[in-house]
Amino acid sequence: MAIEIQHLNVYIKENQILKDICLTLPEKQITCIIGPSGCGKSTLLRTINRLIDSTEHVRLEGKVLVDGKDIIGSGHEITELRRKIGLVSQRPCPLPMSIFDNVAYGCRINRMYKKHRQLIYNVQKQLQAVGLWDEVRGRVRTSATRLSIGQQQRLCLARSLAVEPEYILADEATSALDPISSKTIEDLFVSLKSQYSIIMVTHTLHQALRIADNVVFMYLGEVVESGPARQIFEQPQQELTRKYLSGIFS
Amino acid sequence: MDIKRKKQVSEWAVKTVMWISMSIVFLLVFSVIWTIFSKGCKAMSWSMLTKLPTAGTYLGGEGGFPNAIVGSLYIVGASTVLGLLVSIPVVFYLNVYLKTSSKLAYWLRLACDVLFGVPSIVYGAFGFTIMIFFGLRTSLLGGIIVITMLIIPIFIRTMDEATRNFPREILDASYALGATRWETLKVVVRQIAPGIATATLLSIGRAIGDAASVMFTAGYTDSIPTSLSQPAATLPLAVFFQLTSPIPEVVDRAYAAALVLTIIVLILSISGRFITNRFSKNKL
Amino acid sequence: MVKDKLAQSVMLGLCLFSILMVVTIAVGLYLKSSPVLENKSLWSLLSSSEWRPMKGEFGFFPFIIGTVWVTVLAIAMAFPISLFTAIYLTEYAKSHVKKFVFPALDILAGLPSVIYGVWGVLVIVPWISNRFAPHFVDFSSGYTILAAGIVLGIMVIPLLVSLFIEVFSSVPMELREASLALGATRWQTTHKVVLRKTLSGVAAATVLAVSRAMGETIAVLMVCGCVIGIPKSILDPGYPIPALIANNYGEMLSMPLYESALMFAALILFAVVLVFNLLSRIILYRLEKTQQ
Repeated sequence: MAIEIQHLNVYIKENQILKDICLTLPEKQITCIIGPSGCGKSTLLRTINRLIDSTEHVRLEGKVLVDGKDIIGSGHEITELRRKIGLVSQRPCPLPMSIFDNVAYGCRINRMYKKHRQLIYNVQKQLQAVGLWDEVRGRVRTSATRLSIGQQQRLCLARSLAVEPEYILADEATSALDPISSKTIEDLFVSLKSQYSIIMVTHTLHQALRIADNVVFMYLGEVVESGPARQIFEQPQQELTRKYLSGIFS
Repeated sequence: MDIKRKKQVSEWAVKTVMWISMSIVFLLVFSVIWTIFSKGCKAMSWSMLTKLPTAGTYLGGEGGFPNAIVGSLYIVGASTVLGLLVSIPVVFYLNVYLKTSSKLAYWLRLACDVLFGVPSIVYGAFGFTIMIFFGLRTSLLGGIIVITMLIIPIFIRTMDEATRNFPREILDASYALGATRWETLKVVVRQIAPGIATATLLSIGRAIGDAASVMFTAGYTDSIPTSLSQPAATLPLAVFFQLTSPIPEVVDRAYAAALVLTIIVLILSISGRFITNRFSKNKL
Repeated sequence: MVKDKLAQSVMLGLCLFSILMVVTIAVGLYLKSSPVLENKSLWSLLSSSEWRPMKGEFGFFPFIIGTVWVTVLAIAMAFPISLFTAIYLTEYAKSHVKKFVFPALDILAGLPSVIYGVWGVLVIVPWISNRFAPHFVDFSSGYTILAAGIVLGIMVIPLLVSLFIEVFSSVPMELREASLALGATRWQTTHKVVLRKTLSGVAAATVLAVSRAMGETIAVLMVCGCVIGIPKSILDPGYPIPALIANNYGEMLSMPLYESALMFAALILFAVVLVFNLLSRIILYRLEKTQQ
């Protein structure tokens, strides 16, 4: 199942932040959204999981189909939608609790398991999936804030995975990390794409070049060009895209 | 399905509780204001504001409480001026001379917050002993001294908050042009003037309504003081002393005084908010 | 340059003066209350219930109990209302709602103590006497600990709300969003993340409100009844410490020991308020720091 965006307009007060966005974000692939800062990349992500609702004076028009259902209308169950769409934010933000409770948090609020044993098993599984298990094995009950930044970001990823999402949104998830941690996260995303559809905003073109299957280039609230990564990087159709990319190709 | 329903129900329940809480707050505001206004308006007359009581505070007879209005204005006016004289330099020192991490700044802020929390009755008792120590009797001067002590910490902290949001880059820009700190202060003053105005209004509101501290220090009298050494009546005490009287005329005076006091405080609080709103609009 | 130096030293002097004021008040009150402290042991002053100034007996226990009762009642009423109002304002409310609520809170915060007293006498006292108390006791004048608690509770609401709002605002937005993004509702986010993160701040704010409530004088004095004795229920009159000082200060000048006893009452009040304030302020400062 894919995410399909049809004629999406987003206004905050009188300002139009997103202009007539039409996109298909294919499943089980990594889609990178690139573009200069302020072009609406983050707004687009926040619209997909409806976190934009907490912004004031916001108005949405158009359709965003997740699994074929429009999520813009008010009738939709937003908490269920958000469970289905994981988020990894720019700065890692562990919740003020232990490592274990961080990962278990989503399972608990959604009452996913009847038995505690299942919960423990799932937490361990997710920590293993992000390669954190061996590093924190003896201290899962200690505060998550004591982890290094890179570890915290992996913890946040594990936390998102624990609620069994189908999509993962990543908003410049590596920009606050050192090169090594950032490489680890990138590798994780690549290994996860067989199970999840990953949509990530990035401002480093190199990263998009390394891991993207699809690329969306946005500028001033509009999608300038989108398509398979190879095509966009090698034969951009638009002048604007060419100019933007020339930063790395010249 | 079940868990979704549970989430919805608890969300709805909590929202209801919050709405109830807010309604209680509004209800209370309304109730207090309405009580004061309905009683006060009935009792209010022109002579209340202009004619001195003829037969004494606790006895009936003609007259109102201009003595209390004038006394309050004297005390609040003088202590506002004194308070500003002390606290403006302190706030500048805090925010312009001292570094943000300074220990002195930390202790000063803490001291002011603690002083802010000291009950006014303690100020009153302490002020009274000081007055006796210096051989002063209950007087206008005593009231002014105690109210000044009471509002200095409020002045400092509210102005400090307003100044802290002030961008320090402007200071750097001013220094870069070769200005001394003293000259830079003038730049700062222009920037934080609205903050100072709000702080002043807040403190006046607190000063004019405080009864416990002026009870022993300024005393109460039926006449308008003509010198600093005479006792002075104040509005809150006019309410407090006259409310429990068995004579209806005297109780009416208390209601009218309460109305005057409330109106003054409301004007102060509304204009304070008006200034801060204007201020934040200009900043954006 | 000379002007600059001079200004600087004047300002430093004024700063030190402000800090010293705390110390001066403490020392002044202690010196004044030392006669009664020499006469009686601290313990007997605090635990005795005998209050006969003419015979030189000063037992503060009834007044301490009165203060505790009134304060606890006030906070018990103000805490939930303030907490939920603050949560609504920080976590739920749109800005147009805030535009109505903040001025209302401003008004509550700005009204003088004596006005609350008048309101208490006109509204709360008759209500207790005519409507509430008859369900439980044969007769109540209405001037009770309950009345004082209600009036005081309302007076601390604006303080508590503004402190809570400050505390909740220290939680970064991203933390809330992390929780929301996992499918949590607003309320789940609030009580599992925001409240959990700010537990110390909420406690500090409450302690601060307690200290404010303890020192409140005039409003309480007007509705508490002022009968010396240990109250058995909240429908009995009480006599908190500030009311004691305010009621008796004028008449005690002829008796040095009486004056000293009242100054000791002020010292107790000051000491408790000082400790509570220091504790809560230091916690709140820390919270503010982590936010930046």
